[in-house]
Amino acid sequence: MNLNWLIVLPVVSALAILPFSQLKQVRSIAAIGATLQLLLSCVLLYVFMQDPASSMSGSMAFESSYAWYKPLHIYHSVGVDGISIAMIMLTAIVVLAGVLISWNMEKMSREFFFLLMLLSAGAYGYFISTDVFTMFFFLELAVVPKFLLIGIWGSGKKEYSATKLVLMLMGASALVFIGLAGLYFNNASGNLSFNMSELAANPLSVEQQKFFFPFAFIGFGVFTALFPFHTWVPDGHSSAPTAASMFLAGISMKLGGYGILRVATTIMPEAAHYYSPYIIVLSAIAILYGSFATMMQTDLKYINAYSSVSHTGFVLFGIGMLTKTAIAGAVIQMVSHGLMTALFFAVIGMVYERTHTRMVDKMGGLLKTIPFISTVFMIAGLTSLGLPGFSGFVAEMMVFIGSWENGGTLHRVATIAATASIVVTAVYILRAIGKVIMGPVEHEAYFEFKDARWNEKTAAIILVAAILVIGITPFLINHLITPGTEAIMGKITPLSP
Amino acid sequence: MVQDFFLLMRSELMLILIIFGLLFLKLGNARLKNETVMNMVNVVLIATLAMGFLVKDTGMIFGNMFHTTDLIRLEKNILTLGTLIISLQSYQWLKAHKHAMEFYLLLISTLLGMFFMLSSANLLMFYLGLELSTIPLAAMVNFDLHKKQSSEAAFKMIVSSAFSSALLLMGISWMYGIVGSVSYSAIAAAISGSPLEILAFVMILAGFGFKISAVPFHLWTADVYEGAPIPVTSYLSVISKGAILFVFITVLYSVFRSMGDTWYYMLYILAVATMLIGNLFAMRQQNMKRFLAFSSIAQVGFILVGISGQSVASSTSLIFFVLIYIFSNLAAFGVVSLVSSAYGKEKMDDYKGFYQTNPLLAWTLAIALFSLAGIPPTAGFFGKFFLILAGAAKGNWLLITIAALNMIISLYYYLRVVKAMFMDHNAAPLEKINTPLSPKIALIICIVGILITGLYSGAYDYIYQLVS
Repeated sequence: MNLNWLIVLPVVSALAILPFSQLKQVRSIAAIGATLQLLLSCVLLYVFMQDPASSMSGSMAFESSYAWYKPLHIYHSVGVDGISIAMIMLTAIVVLAGVLISWNMEKMSREFFFLLMLLSAGAYGYFISTDVFTMFFFLELAVVPKFLLIGIWGSGKKEYSATKLVLMLMGASALVFIGLAGLYFNNASGNLSFNMSELAANPLSVEQQKFFFPFAFIGFGVFTALFPFHTWVPDGHSSAPTAASMFLAGISMKLGGYGILRVATTIMPEAAHYYSPYIIVLSAIAILYGSFATMMQTDLKYINAYSSVSHTGFVLFGIGMLTKTAIAGAVIQMVSHGLMTALFFAVIGMVYERTHTRMVDKMGGLLKTIPFISTVFMIAGLTSLGLPGFSGFVAEMMVFIGSWENGGTLHRVATIAATASIVVTAVYILRAIGKVIMGPVEHEAYFEFKDARWNEKTAAIILVAAILVIGITPFLINHLITPGTEAIMGKITPLSP
Repeated sequence: MVQDFFLLMRSELMLILIIFGLLFLKLGNARLKNETVMNMVNVVLIATLAMGFLVKDTGMIFGNMFHTTDLIRLEKNILTLGTLIISLQSYQWLKAHKHAMEFYLLLISTLLGMFFMLSSANLLMFYLGLELSTIPLAAMVNFDLHKKQSSEAAFKMIVSSAFSSALLLMGISWMYGIVGSVSYSAIAAAISGSPLEILAFVMILAGFGFKISAVPFHLWTADVYEGAPIPVTSYLSVISKGAILFVFITVLYSVFRSMGDTWYYMLYILAVATMLIGNLFAMRQQNMKRFLAFSSIAQVGFILVGISGQSVASSTSLIFFVLIYIFSNLAAFGVVSLVSSAYGKEKMDDYKGFYQTNPLLAWTLAIALFSLAGIPPTAGFFGKFFLILAGAAKGNWLLITIAALNMIISLYYYLRVVKAMFMDHNAAPLEKINTPLSPKIALIICIVGILITGLYSGAYDYIYQLVS
């Protein structure tokens, strides 16, 4: 199977949108494109699982490579393992849901869907790249569409948020680039190379790793809301239009975690061990700070944005632990949080469209008037607080168990501290659900509300189904990603002191 | 011999043909429409471009003062392409201008000077070419005779370029005093890095610094760019700068190669200062021309980072970047020029809500600015990152970090314009602009160039092959 279809398909659908200007035509093309993306990802998953040579070995499958800038040793090379496929599935699901949620995007619809498709092309390209320069290209490709999406279609102080987001993310990419250039010039093979497996096979000297690891880690970390560089998250997410919030929190924040896993830790394993305590401390702060900060919020979008800081903290926390279970937990947390937060933003968008407010204290009793939306709201909330049966539980549980495998005192203390966030999460989620969903109906007008339309229902059902699949049958995703995480652990463990 | 002469100098001869053709037409008092003159010149420029690509040959003539290689021919072609784009863009401005013919006389003379400069194998020849390219430029800056600002700009330009030429000439004469020859190969063989040679080199470097407007030699740039008519501004910022950069890299890499360690630190300081000052000043600009002037100063800083790498990748990346820079900057100037000639407005605030009325032009300007900022998938991303990568080969990570941080600063002010066009509200945005055919063609060439040059690596591979 040629993986490049995953890039070609969104680009073609983006270009196909351009000649049309009517909302109806544009959204149908976008929906067809997104559906085809999901189908293609499912086919990819099926083919991958059918072939034991690729699904069990942990090495990259479906690899292909084209010389791009040959004099500079830059190749467009692609390949996937279980982890990338999990991320690709996540992207496909979130993009389709995002298109469905934006079904009635009247304002400049052509440009909106064009940028959305371009974003998804960037995400797919990023997840399938096995050449770090190509990966970097796709990482940056996704930045400017976000700026336009937030700045044009956003709400509130959108220009400020958009500028802040794009500058912080571009700054992060600049740091990533320095890290990559360090790998390019200093790898032990003596050849200039951007190829991931070649770099992993010829690691830098320990001193050089210690120098370049922070660049790559912090760079990718900013995308994943690494404390103290998380400040773009609340502003960016809450100003963005619904579909862009879904994409930002659901996929874009995962680019960083994936990059840290693939590039920083795998290629610079000794530095990862060296810096592990710092990573743990920073991510534990993010987890706790994020959840406490969420308690103070009254705007639904801010609640979800700050809780994203806390939840993606678990991704970095798991990776920083450097144990097999914790890393697998981090990967599942990426997928789980991506689905959960996309669902949450979708449902916030639906609620806002009806009540015209996002303030928790101005709403109440929605369950009595719009039961479907309220139920989805509750499912999203319960996933967020980690109720067994939903995906959040699986992910966080695996991260905690994996963390306990690491016997360092600091790591133990940090784990105990991080578990405290679960309680705080329960507080703010249950309070929001209690106020918005339960209780007396706040206004007479609420009785006139129409429940979810077909497009909203479809989007919600797709996301809820994915959450339930992970939550009820976690061994499926575990089976998918384990060879990949084992391969990564194989790079990390033997070198540990 | 005669054959050699015609073959090696064919690009120059074509330009001379244009110059004399125009002169005779002028003398003969021919009553031609401006459009006709412009179309004729454009056709000859296209022919020059085609001839430049057709036959390959290398050689030296004029007692080894003039040499041509495939690489130099490519550089000339890049400049010719840029001039052609500018000529197409100036349609709107020249259509009703009384002195269109003279404009072309001056324009082609400067281009001819640049060609001689590129082909020089000798500091004297280089100096001659440089003067031939600078003096008509000052006249072009003052081409809108009724504008006071233009006269001021032209005066600044002539004084500062005379000063820089003097510095350059001083350096050249010292070099002659030390080595006893002005030919590149003789100097390259003789220099050893003695203090006097370094002093002479500093003079030459300062001369170059003025011409490429590197900080601290940049002070003339913004005023001249603002005062000059827009086609002249774009010519100054793209073609004239590109030509000097091409020569600069030849002089550094082939003449002063043995002093590489010495000038590495000079370039390092120049690069850091140029990037920082250019970027910081660009952030505050309100006038689009001044804004683009400071942004082009900052771009030179990135170029200096690349040059400091001293490798084949550096030269390749530089030529590649100049090619991309021609497309990106000319696309930006093209839109600014259309707006200015339609409404006489050059403020950034005037662009508020531009997208509502002129979506295509707004996208063109946005893509051009993204390319200048170095954002994928535009070619500017590749150009800029290859430059920084070439600079990183030296292992000076502080310089690379500063360059990377400067990219973020530059992104901020490029996005300001995008924000004004796409996001800001304006009750009365600029009305729809009808773009005439030839500026339209110019913009299409630029946009296609921006989108293709980076994603398809053919241009880079070709340049690399010629350089190595």
